[in-house]
Amino acid sequence: MIHYFIRRLFVGAITLVLITFLVYALIRMMPGTPLTIVQAVGDPSMQMSEADQKRLEKAYGLDKPWPLGYLDWASKVARFDLGNSLSRKEPVVRLIGRRIGPTLLLTVSSLVLTYVLSIPLGLWSTARSNTIAERTVSMLLYMLYSLPSFVAALYLQILFAVKLEWLPLRGMKSIDYADLSAMGQAWDIFLHALLPVICFTYGSLAYYSRFIKSNMQEVIRQDYIRTAKAKGLTERSILVKHAFRNTLIPLVTLVGLTLPSLLSGAIILEMIFSWPGMGTLFFEALNERDYPTIMGLTLMFSVLTLAGQLLADMLYSVVDPRVTYS
Amino acid sequence: MSTAPPVIDIQNLRTYFHTEEGTVRAVNDVSFRVERGHTLGIVGESGSGKSVTSLSIMQLLATSAEIESGSISFLGKDLVRLPEPEMRDIRGKDISMIFQEPMTSLNPVFTVGDQVAEAIVLHQKTSKDEARKKTVDLFREVGIPEPELRVDYYPHQMSGGQKQRVMIAMALSCNPQLLIADEPTTALDVTIQSQILDILRRLRDTRGMSILFITHDLGVIAEIADDVLVMYRGKMVEYGDVLQIFENPQHPYTKGLLACRPRLDTKYRLLPTVSDFMESEPIETPDGPDVKIIEKKLDDVRLQQLMTHGRGRLLHPRDELAAMGHPWEEGHHSPDSTMVPDDAKPLLEVKDLEVHFPVRKGVFSRVVDHVKAVDGVSFNVYRGQTLGLVGESGCGKTTTGRAILRLVNATGGHVLYEGRDVFALRGGEMRAMRRNMQIIFQDPYGSLNPRMTIESTLTEPMVIHNLAKSKAERRDKAAALLEEVDLKPEHLRRYPHEFSGGQRQRISIARALAVEPDFIICDESVSALDVSVQAQVLNLLKKLQEDRGLTYIFISHDLSVVKFMADMMAVMNAGKIVEFGPSDNIYAVPKEDYTRKLINATPRDSLEHIRALQEQRAKLRSGT
Repeated sequence: MIHYFIRRLFVGAITLVLITFLVYALIRMMPGTPLTIVQAVGDPSMQMSEADQKRLEKAYGLDKPWPLGYLDWASKVARFDLGNSLSRKEPVVRLIGRRIGPTLLLTVSSLVLTYVLSIPLGLWSTARSNTIAERTVSMLLYMLYSLPSFVAALYLQILFAVKLEWLPLRGMKSIDYADLSAMGQAWDIFLHALLPVICFTYGSLAYYSRFIKSNMQEVIRQDYIRTAKAKGLTERSILVKHAFRNTLIPLVTLVGLTLPSLLSGAIILEMIFSWPGMGTLFFEALNERDYPTIMGLTLMFSVLTLAGQLLADMLYSVVDPRVTYS
Repeated sequence: MSTAPPVIDIQNLRTYFHTEEGTVRAVNDVSFRVERGHTLGIVGESGSGKSVTSLSIMQLLATSAEIESGSISFLGKDLVRLPEPEMRDIRGKDISMIFQEPMTSLNPVFTVGDQVAEAIVLHQKTSKDEARKKTVDLFREVGIPEPELRVDYYPHQMSGGQKQRVMIAMALSCNPQLLIADEPTTALDVTIQSQILDILRRLRDTRGMSILFITHDLGVIAEIADDVLVMYRGKMVEYGDVLQIFENPQHPYTKGLLACRPRLDTKYRLLPTVSDFMESEPIETPDGPDVKIIEKKLDDVRLQQLMTHGRGRLLHPRDELAAMGHPWEEGHHSPDSTMVPDDAKPLLEVKDLEVHFPVRKGVFSRVVDHVKAVDGVSFNVYRGQTLGLVGESGCGKTTTGRAILRLVNATGGHVLYEGRDVFALRGGEMRAMRRNMQIIFQDPYGSLNPRMTIESTLTEPMVIHNLAKSKAERRDKAAALLEEVDLKPEHLRRYPHEFSGGQRQRISIARALAVEPDFIICDESVSALDVSVQAQVLNLLKKLQEDRGLTYIFISHDLSVVKFMADMMAVMNAGKIVEFGPSDNIYAVPKEDYTRKLINATPRDSLEHIRALQEQRAKLRSGT
């Protein structure tokens, strides 16, 4: 197990270098630099002089060829320094730190909600397979699954924020947030988060419950389920104990794969709801060609993806006794 | 049969499947009873309805199946009309069941001890600790070594035989009145099979339990049953005392089944088949289509043909025979044996063949050990011979076959085919060599591509080896091949799923023959087939050998099949050949303990053996 772990970390480190190198190369090859972008959107009368531009390029390290730029960045990272944002003039770490909370609030509550709802739903639809109720629910879920969440987000905003005025339209906090009591603040954030969380959840809910159901149906055809029946167990304990325990095995892979999405957020949904999260940050950084921020975020997502896979594999050996890493 | 009240009494059971293609009468008017302490063996081929009968008793039928009529009376209760909660109380407590596949019948994510204890807690309302103690005792009773340790094992940590013992322990945990054993030994090696049969016999006699033993193997029936019920296409065709059925079978199907098994002491060169005893003719009845069975008599001419057709044994040249301790002397070899001429060169020479699989450990996956699947195997095969490779699962027989064809890479040794070193051949040369050497696999379901028509399956090798000029010529050749394996040219356009297991195996044979090879490895090629189909395929293989002068390596776990097919036999164990010699001699005078063990474990259905078993039991009973 420990040998396996060390080997995975080693391979992971190499993968990380490759990913960041490729991403760095790609963003440096995108048309435009932080300087030209600023000028393109800025006041035409305030154009920079050629000398100023040269000076700034030197200051940002843009005068060197990009492979050297990558080495600069990588050597800083090795000293645990993600550098400063070019467009916001503050350390990337602090920038990310400010955005991570709001994103986690959305993604974690959505993930918990998904699991809490989809597992019973999946079990129920296996037990009631092919009844009218189950088919109706499955069809509804499938229809929801095919409805893009950004479309649903707009409709929900129109209905609940504009027409009914029950919920705030956008943002994470009201204007008078600072004046509210602690309970009031929590309630305020809850109201703001409600629609984004629903939009985050419903699609994956359909996906997860279908995933659980199809895996359960595979499992209940196995010989050992027949053995459990012949033992005299009730339908319920066969389903919940014997079958679901085996469905956990593929489910664990999914958990690992969702780890990076917990922090990346969803760019479009965060934009629609003006949610101050990581998705918005990533989008803005890309627009501003803010290389250090883009790279900082890329590094974080890559680490999380690799860690997620490692976690999935480790969990695998926990839920499936046949899997050992030696 | 005694007059004591039966444990189970089934009257006119009919279980039908309602499918889109119509009604399948899986169990069609079956009646039988099992008394306390008795064993009823139900024999039949796949699709005969024997498993559906047992699932009907347990009320575990698939949703598409329904018990149409009849009664299943278990100690006076009619199970057909019993509400599900009451039936659940009976399942696992009064009636329990063991299944064919020990590998898949246990839940992989729970320890075996937990799975047995679960039944004890459920039916006996004991505490978990107590259930665990009982489980350990049960494990000891069914012969699992170190039971205290093994209760915490997961299924994958145990061998197939041990898993089947766990299944038996689970079935016995609540001291059932009736044990239903559905092909419990079919997936096991013969030596394990004989141990499991021993356990079942002992438990039956000490606990006074009744057993319903379902199998396709009449040899196993002879080892365990008191009464026998023979099923054919959902109907019972014969029902009676085991001795009577073996001594004087009444129904032509029973006669056919008994005759088509290759016995270890058979005198036949070709096997009789069920079709020698009966013909079936489709008829229309008020209930739908059915078949009428017309009895045929196996006449003397055919009997003579079966015993004398083709050649007898073709043995190795004189000096090699002498070297293996079976010199060519008067009376030493069976009378119809001949020898390969002294100056003949072997078609295939296998020299010190080794296949070692590395075991890796550590951060850098260093090789720390090897699994020696094949460990220094040498033998010669001469043109026209059949060499049998026999041994239990994991002995290396299949790996040997595959290494010869370079389907797995050998790690040492040489294989010479007509004097050419097969392992030294490069890409194109090896592809050309493959034309000479073909293989027929075990699984008739997995070894044909389901998305290719039979025509493309058969003509693809002809295209690769450029054996025909045009598509039309290839099709003609493919049609001729199908006829050669007793199928019809119109089958060319069909897909594999439209054929039965036996037919698919014929297609696999035709595919191997498509490149006109000289040498074919049959790797457990008949093991997945019903005995009656097995007899037909074995006869076909012998006929093809005669017509085309083929040379075979015949690999099987079944000693009696290998002995029937092979001129020379190699017994393998743990990657090595333990004994090599003429098949008849190895069977008659085995030199090695391991060979003797294999021979003794093979089920015997001789009348003397059945009588001996019955006397043993009678003695045991009067003793207690």
